[in-house]
Amino acid sequence: MAELTSLFVRTVFIENIALSLFLGMCTFFAISKQVKAAFGLGLAVIVVLTLTVPLNNIIYTYVLKEGALSWAGLENTNLEFVELITYIGVIAAAVQILEMFLDKYVPALYNQLGIFLPLITVNCAILGASLIMVEKNYNLIESVTYGFGAGFGWALAIVLLAGIREKLKYSDIPEGLRGLGITYIIVGLMSFGFMSFGGIIL
Amino acid sequence: MKPLTFKESKQLLFAPIIENNPIALQILGICSALAVTVKMDVTLVMCAALTSVVALSNFFISLLRFYIPENIRIIVQMTVIASLVIIVDEILKAYAYEASKQLSVFVGLIITNCIVMGRAEAYAMKNPPIRSFLDGLGNGLGYSFILIVVATIREIFGSGTFLGLQVMPDSYPTNNFLLLPPSSFIIIGLMIWAIRSISTSQVEEDENPLKAHTFKPLVAKKEASNG
Repeated sequence: MAELTSLFVRTVFIENIALSLFLGMCTFFAISKQVKAAFGLGLAVIVVLTLTVPLNNIIYTYVLKEGALSWAGLENTNLEFVELITYIGVIAAAVQILEMFLDKYVPALYNQLGIFLPLITVNCAILGASLIMVEKNYNLIESVTYGFGAGFGWALAIVLLAGIREKLKYSDIPEGLRGLGITYIIVGLMSFGFMSFGGIIL
Repeated sequence: MKPLTFKESKQLLFAPIIENNPIALQILGICSALAVTVKMDVTLVMCAALTSVVALSNFFISLLRFYIPENIRIIVQMTVIASLVIIVDEILKAYAYEASKQLSVFVGLIITNCIVMGRAEAYAMKNPPIRSFLDGLGNGLGYSFILIVVATIREIFGSGTFLGLQVMPDSYPTNNFLLLPPSSFIIIGLMIWAIRSISTSQVEEDENPLKAHTFKPLVAKKEASNG
């Protein structure tokens, strides 16, 4: 349990998926003007990551990994080259199913997420987390923790940025730097801030 | 549709570099721009990989555009893009193993690089193959332009080398600030400032709600309506 807690804390703060690994940056910049929208998107990312990382982990362990198909009598197969296309298929399908499920059973949340849900299929944070999970060789329980932690860290980062940007509206910024330019610089500084977690040993 | 003229193709190819840059204006494809710009040689490999994927995916999606059903178009586009990325990934593993190790997950992440999806959706679905190919090539070059500038600054002033060769005098200490990934955010932010000072049409509107109550803009508005 202690190991899982430390994995969670490490994923949220030290290896924050947005501010240390720079994944999902496009949506991070595009949808961080208001805290409310950022919060909705963050929630969607948490749900999708918690779902897809373990799913991809199961598929990797039992189908794609070298020799993984031995339970089916195929000892020497290595399907790792179709990794990318499988993961993206799983992610697209999971997002689609989640959308239908929420529409039917939790319409309030569905309405809040709106357009963001289909949009996060192409968020690199989702695919990135699956690829990192494979690279680090997490088992199933670790991958659930990692998926949830990565989503939580991303959501935390985008809500923080949206908070700063809401206040930033009132400041007097040089013309060329207004909007996207200053946002880049702020994200850079936030990222330096998050680097200070780097020295923590858990 | 009219045949493609030389001028038009030049426009398609070079407009995304400054006027309509994917990273600086369209907010597309930022993720990989940051993590891969410490060393120039890795950056060049990444740029070549991305540019070839965007150009080819635009070309193939444009060829298929009349056969792709509207409802499942994202999955179809993903499949085309993912196949191209797998090919690039395998080629890199075979011929540039060192670089592919350093790029690690970022080659795979070209699939979800918004430049590829964004151009497929915004351009290739509506335009013929050759134009789409040029558009993809142009956007790849726009992406490469930003990445190469950032990598040049970071490598020369960060570690004092360029493409692995030493360019700064021995007394130059390495600048660790520039070696850290977040510094590329700040460099890109300043580059956007530079680009927008040249091409002022890209400047964003001032959204300050307090501005509406100050004296100056009111006068400006009146003059504008009179003129």
